[in-house]
Order: sequence, then structure tokens, then C-alpha cells
Amino acid sequence: MNEPFDAKSSENQYKLLGELTVPLDDSELFTATSVEHWKQVTEKIAWFVCLLATLVLIVPMMAILTYLLVQAWPALSFSFLVENPHNYMTAGGIWAPLVGTFWLVWISLLIAAPVGVLAGVYLNEYARDNWCTRIINLAVVNLAGVPSIIHALFGVGAFVMFAGMGRSLLAASCTLAVMTLPVIITSTREALAAVPRAFREACWNLGASRWQTIRTIVLPNSISGILTGVILQVSRAAGETAPILFTGAVFFSTLPEYGIQAFFPYGLGDRCMALSMHLFTLSTQVRGVTPALQYGTAVVLIGLVLAVNSLSIGLRVYLRSRKKW
Amino acid sequence: MDHAIQFDDVSVHYGGKTALRQITLAIPKKQIFGIIGPANSGKTTLLKCINRTLDFTPAARVSGKVVVAGRDVAGFRNVYELRRRVGMVFPLPVGLPLTIYENVAYAPRRAGIHDRAELEVLVEHCLHQAMLWDEVSDRLDMLGTRLSGGQQQRLTLARALSHRPEILCLDEFSIAIDPVTTMKIEDVLLELKEQMTIVLVTNLVQQARRLADRTAFLSAGTLIEEGETEKIFTQPVNRLTERYVNGEFG
Amino acid sequence: MNDQPSTTRRATKRGRARLHAMLQVVLDRTEPAVEWLIRLCGWSAILLVFGIFFFVFREALPMLSGKLNLTEFFTSLEWRPTAEPVPHYGILALLVGTISVTGLAMLMAVPLGLGAAVYISEFSSGRMREILKVLIELLAAIPSVVWGFIGYMVLGPIIIRLTGAPVGVNLLNGSIILALMSVPIIVSVGEDALKAVPDSYREAALSLGASRWEIVYRVLFPAAKNGLLAAVLLGVGRAIGETMAVLMATGHAIQIPHSLVDPIRTLTATIAAELGEAVQGEPHYRVLFVIGLVVFVLTFIVNLTADLVVKGIRNERAV
Repeated sequence: MNEPFDAKSSENQYKLLGELTVPLDDSELFTATSVEHWKQVTEKIAWFVCLLATLVLIVPMMAILTYLLVQAWPALSFSFLVENPHNYMTAGGIWAPLVGTFWLVWISLLIAAPVGVLAGVYLNEYARDNWCTRIINLAVVNLAGVPSIIHALFGVGAFVMFAGMGRSLLAASCTLAVMTLPVIITSTREALAAVPRAFREACWNLGASRWQTIRTIVLPNSISGILTGVILQVSRAAGETAPILFTGAVFFSTLPEYGIQAFFPYGLGDRCMALSMHLFTLSTQVRGVTPALQYGTAVVLIGLVLAVNSLSIGLRVYLRSRKKW
Repeated sequence: MDHAIQFDDVSVHYGGKTALRQITLAIPKKQIFGIIGPANSGKTTLLKCINRTLDFTPAARVSGKVVVAGRDVAGFRNVYELRRRVGMVFPLPVGLPLTIYENVAYAPRRAGIHDRAELEVLVEHCLHQAMLWDEVSDRLDMLGTRLSGGQQQRLTLARALSHRPEILCLDEFSIAIDPVTTMKIEDVLLELKEQMTIVLVTNLVQQARRLADRTAFLSAGTLIEEGETEKIFTQPVNRLTERYVNGEFG
Repeated sequence: MNDQPSTTRRATKRGRARLHAMLQVVLDRTEPAVEWLIRLCGWSAILLVFGIFFFVFREALPMLSGKLNLTEFFTSLEWRPTAEPVPHYGILALLVGTISVTGLAMLMAVPLGLGAAVYISEFSSGRMREILKVLIELLAAIPSVVWGFIGYMVLGPIIIRLTGAPVGVNLLNGSIILALMSVPIIVSVGEDALKAVPDSYREAALSLGASRWEIVYRVLFPAAKNGLLAAVLLGVGRAIGETMAVLMATGHAIQIPHSLVDPIRTLTATIAAELGEAVQGEPHYRVLFVIGLVVFVLTFIVNLTADLVVKGIRNERAV
């Protein structure tokens, strides 16, 4: 490194530089070279291709949804919602499956929400970073990835057979609850983690215990985030078919159409109809159904799920707008 | 029993790092006790030992004995009982996302006071003590987090006083607030001294000189010197102390 | 005049305060019990994962212990569970069905999904980005039975008209539907991975004169490759396990497909189609649980790999 300064070689370098230096005047300073042209072209192409990919996802989707709506239009009416299916399901409405879905979702929510929220509280507030916590996290991730048909098998093995519930509303709801649990756990955790740690420390310094802190400060300030996750659970449970197929859903059942009985048609031990199952049945199992009836059922199911999802998205946007700190 | 707090050979390690090295120190009752020292010298850790909030830092290991009001803090089976006897004010004001009233009533409620009339008197008293009452008396149901920084710090003080602690610890309380508010709170502290022991951690040397009866100087987790404030500032024994109080390093 | 309502209001207020106080006392007293409950719920996730494996395994066990010839099970094309006197349980055709439909779906979903993820994360901004993300989220919300319905009723006739195939429900139909179903998860996980690349990388590359496209494929792709891989794997996991859509859209023929428009059948569709008819406790019923185990293990491996890949990035970042 400490070689004497070589005048000759440095002279050569200067010469070299001199040859390479392009004389610039103002007019040439901002002129694009061919490389830069190429860059611009590739950037345009890339932008276009990515845009195309996005449009290929969204435009046909919109088209299909519109098509479904157009096809369903003749069937859609208030009486379609409140009438029971009749004439071997080739006529009538969707009241019975609609009520069935309502109760399935509601009962599964009653089971999954408390367990899921408390599990989220445990993971975010109590669990220390040790191997046990890591296993729980892994379990939550994997539970979220278990296919719905496996949940169906589990439901048959555990609730229908082992717990002796038989094929019933209760067994189907339990299966749905297990399926949606990881969604609730994950979103609860995220909502809790958004509450700054400083609040917790302030409470602990005031002599509040962990549980008091969670109850009085952490939960009230994350409740809307938790609700967002719970609502997402509702949307997922309402649309699922496979898990209830063998645990409690039934192709057809005759139900009262009027009076208070129409709202409580199923007992916990009864099998029930469900909207998603009804769509499956109408489109593949029954002959001679008018297409409008099938499309109508599909549209109501999509509408239900999208409405619930929009509620969740709206709640999230609203939340972001009103923070307390 | 003649001291409010006694540290007996206390060391704290965070993982491999030593935060406090064999501190032995006695803090007398009903005085203001100043703790000064450069950044990272273990002042905050010392405070956290007093009410055992160090428990919430899983990596921290404590050895030695801390005695508060004659009892070893490690021996408290109900740690909340200990924390209720010690009020804490931290550098950055944290207004809880509750109303001002609820902020101050928080600790008493957790301690089991639910009588409305009693709470109202208590809240007003604490806000008076923290010199915040005049500014917020007409809007007690406003969110505590909406107050200005200086007001929030006084709210924190009112909250720390709300469970009538025997010991009040302040950790660099003036960092995030303006000088006028700082002077106000300093006056409050001088009044409060009649009722409770105050431990004042500060990096403003002159603040310690103005307020403290006794002062301890910490550096790099070691207790360098401790004594009457005037003596620490005018005739320190240790060369390091002298350089620090004269502002030559820090 | 105003007095009476205000006193009653004050009275109810006081009543409510007292109720609140009582509630607080009760909640404080029950603290140890509540903490145990919380802990128990936290562990429930582990319990459920093992529970799922245990109960599916329990139903499958009598077949696994000797009655089922595993070599035949995995290598035979003959799936005749109700044949007399000797039923045949070979899932090779079903396995090939699952793999082919998943593979074809991924061939479509991966470029589309990654393209959309890049567009949303790098080429769009502000309101446009929010709208696109919401649309993708809504795409993810559409239930699988509706996808099946779309494949059966809408896509099927289109395929017949375009290709002249005898049936519209086939491999191609199923994989298009599966692709559309697994795209949202690829987009959202992929976008997260791209967003996780620090902006300083982008700024550094920009200041060196790189175009946005060069940033994407020279900087972002290498930096986010684990996250993108995880996105693809999660998409694969979803596609393998999907049931209702493939049940309705793939045509139900037990065969190895020779062309795009051959009808096929998958593992999951077989379970869904036959579990209702199989007699509980009979070999046919138990074999379906064995198939369930195969699907479970397949998705478990895929998801676990995705999780490990994601953890891999986190560890790299931490170092």
C-alpha cells in the first residue's frame, strides 16, 4: 500500500478519464441515453402487466357478480326471503335455511368468541416468551390452515360420535366454532397489541393487578378491534358448507312459516337447513329448479357475507378516525 | 424503622449487563431525597426496585434486600399492597384513556373504594395538591389524554397521590414539560414533604440542589457518594461528584 | 317542574354507580379463577390441533391397523369402495386429481397474485390502494360454495362454448375457480412481505437511478423472497384443502386427466361426496377418514413450511 507515488500511471489514468469524459453543454445535460429510454419502457411494461393482473382479478369478478344479480333479479323479493321452500324445493323462498344459518352462526359465535378472545388475551398479556408460547402460536397458525373438510371429519369424530350430540344444530355450531377460533384469536391479539404498553405500566404503578389493568384499560380500548375480528368470524361461518355437511345440516325440513315459531324452528338437537348447504342442494342435487331460484339463493348468501364484511371494514375505518391517544 | 427505604447490597442485572452494583443506601422519612447521575447510571432501575415494577421486565435479576417501611419488598405476598404505598411519576406523562375524574379515581377504585362521595372529595383533593384543579375543575369528564403535556404530568402526579402513598417517587418528571409548570410542581413537592417521603430522580443538578434535603450521586450503577445536599454540592468527597455537580461531564 | 325528572335521573345514576361498584368487587374477587380460565383458553389452541388429529386418527385407526393395504392405497387407480365382494381403495387417481388441479391453479394464481401484490404495493397509492385492498378482501370473503356455484353454472357453459368439451365441469374449470379463490391470500400476504422491505432500500435504489421496475425485481424480490414464497405456499395450502368449490366444479370422474378439459376428482371432494352415504363404522367410512389424514398431513406440511419460511425472514432481520 505504501508504494511510492507513481507519476506515470496516474498520468495514464488522467488520460483515460480524458477520453471517457463526454463534453457536456446545457442542451445535452438532460437528454436521456438509450439505457434510460429502455428503463422507461420496461417500467411502463411492468406497470401495465401488474395493472393487468389486478384487473384480471377484479373486472371478471365484478362482471360475474353483476351477472348473478341479473339472473337472480326475477326471484328476489321480500316473499322470497320469508317463504319456506316447497314443492320439493323447486318453488318458494329461503326462510328455513336463512333462519338455520342465523342460529348456526349465532351459537358458534357464543362458543368461539369468549374462548377466542380470552386466548388472545392470554397470548398478548400473560404469556412469556418461552417454548410453550411458541407452541401455542404454531398451533394457532396451523389451526388457521386446517382445511374445512378436516374440520368436518373432526366434527363427526368428536361432536357427533364421541360427545354423543348426534347430527344436530349444536354439533354443527361447535364445528364451526372450532373452525373460526384462530381468526378470533389472531385479531384479538392484534387489537390488544395496539394498546400502548405505557398505559399498562401506569396502571401497574397505581397498584392495579394484571387482570384489573386488562379489564379497565386494555379491553375497553381494544374492544372495537376485537369486534372487527369477531364480525369476520360471522361472515366466514355463514358461508361455510363442508363443516356442517355431515355434522348437522339437512337437505330439507318442514317448518312453520308463521308466528313466533318461525323464528325458533330448530331445537339444539335438531338438524337444520343452512343457506350455504341449500345453495349446494339446489344447484347439484335437485332437478327442475328454476335458475332464478338458484341464483337468488347465491345472491342472498353473497349479499349476507359481503354486508357483514363491509360492516367489519367500516368499523375498522371508523376506528382509525377516532383514537383516544 | 427510622428510615422510609433501605437498600441493602442491591444489585440488578439485565441479562449479562449490570444496571446496579451493590447499592447500600438509606432514605430518611419525610424528606426529599435527590438522586442524581448521568444517563444510564441506574437511577430509574433503583426506583423500579422500590415498588417491584422490575418484575415486569422478565430479563431483570435482583439480588440484595430492599426494605420499605420496615418490610422486605420481596416478602410482600400481595405486591399490589406495596405498590399502593408507593406513588410513581415517570418522565413521559401518561394520561390513561379515561376521563380526568376516572384517571384520578382509578387507583382508589382498584383498592376497593367505591363510595361516590368519598371518591369525589379525594379526587378534588388530589387535583388541588397537584395544582391542576383550577384548570380542569369545569371539565372533569374530558379525556385525560386530551390535556397538554404539562397538564398530563400534573394529572399523573395527582394520580400518584390518589392512593395516599407514604412514599412518592418522581423520575425526571420535568423532561417533557415547560419551566413554569416545573416550578409549580416543585412548590407542590416542598409542601408534600410534610406528609410523605419523596424520592426525586433528576438529571437537572440544580433541581436537586433546590429541593433535596439529602442527595445521592450514582454513576454507572455504582453509588459514588451520598449526604446532605449542601455538602454534596459544596464540599464533595469524591472527585467524580465534584466534576458532575459542576457540570464538567454528564 | 324540572326537579322530579332530575332527581329520578340522579337516583338511577346512583343506582348504576352502585351496580358498577358491586361488579368491580365481584370481578376483583374472582381474579384467580379468571386468570386460570384465560390460561386454559390460551392452551385450547394446542388442545384443538391435537384434538383434530386425534379424532380423525381415531376413526381411521381400525383401517390403518392392517386392514388397509397401504401400497395398494397409494398406487392403485381403482377407487371402488362399494364394490362387491372386494372393494378397492386406491387413491392414486384422486391424489393426481388434487395435485393437477392445485398445480394448474397455482400456475394461474401465482403470476396474477404476485402481479397484483406488486401493483398494489408499488405502483398504486393513496385512495386507489385502499380501494383495491378492500376489493381483494371482499374477493376473499366469497364463500366456497358460491365459487362452486359460479364454476358449475357460469364458467361451465362458457368452457363448453369455447373449447367444445363435452362437459363444462372439469380440470380447467376447477383450477380457474381455485386460482381465483387462492389469489386473495397470495395478494395480501405478498403485499405484506413487500411492505416489510424498508423504504430506505427503495430510496437508495431510486437515488442510484433505478427505475421502479428495477427496484421491484432487483431489490424487492430478493429482499422479500421468503415472504413471497410463504404467500405462494399459503395459497397452495388453501387450494389443496378446498372442498365445496372443487366438488361442484371438477366433474367427479375418477381418472388421471389427459387434457385440460377432462373431468377429475380430488381427495377432498371424495370425502364430501361419499361420507354422507357411507355407513358409520364400515371400512368405506373409515377409509374416508384415512383420506382425511392424508389431506391433513399434506396441508400441515405446506402450512408449517410457510410458517418456517416466514420465521426465517424474521430471524434474518433480527441478526
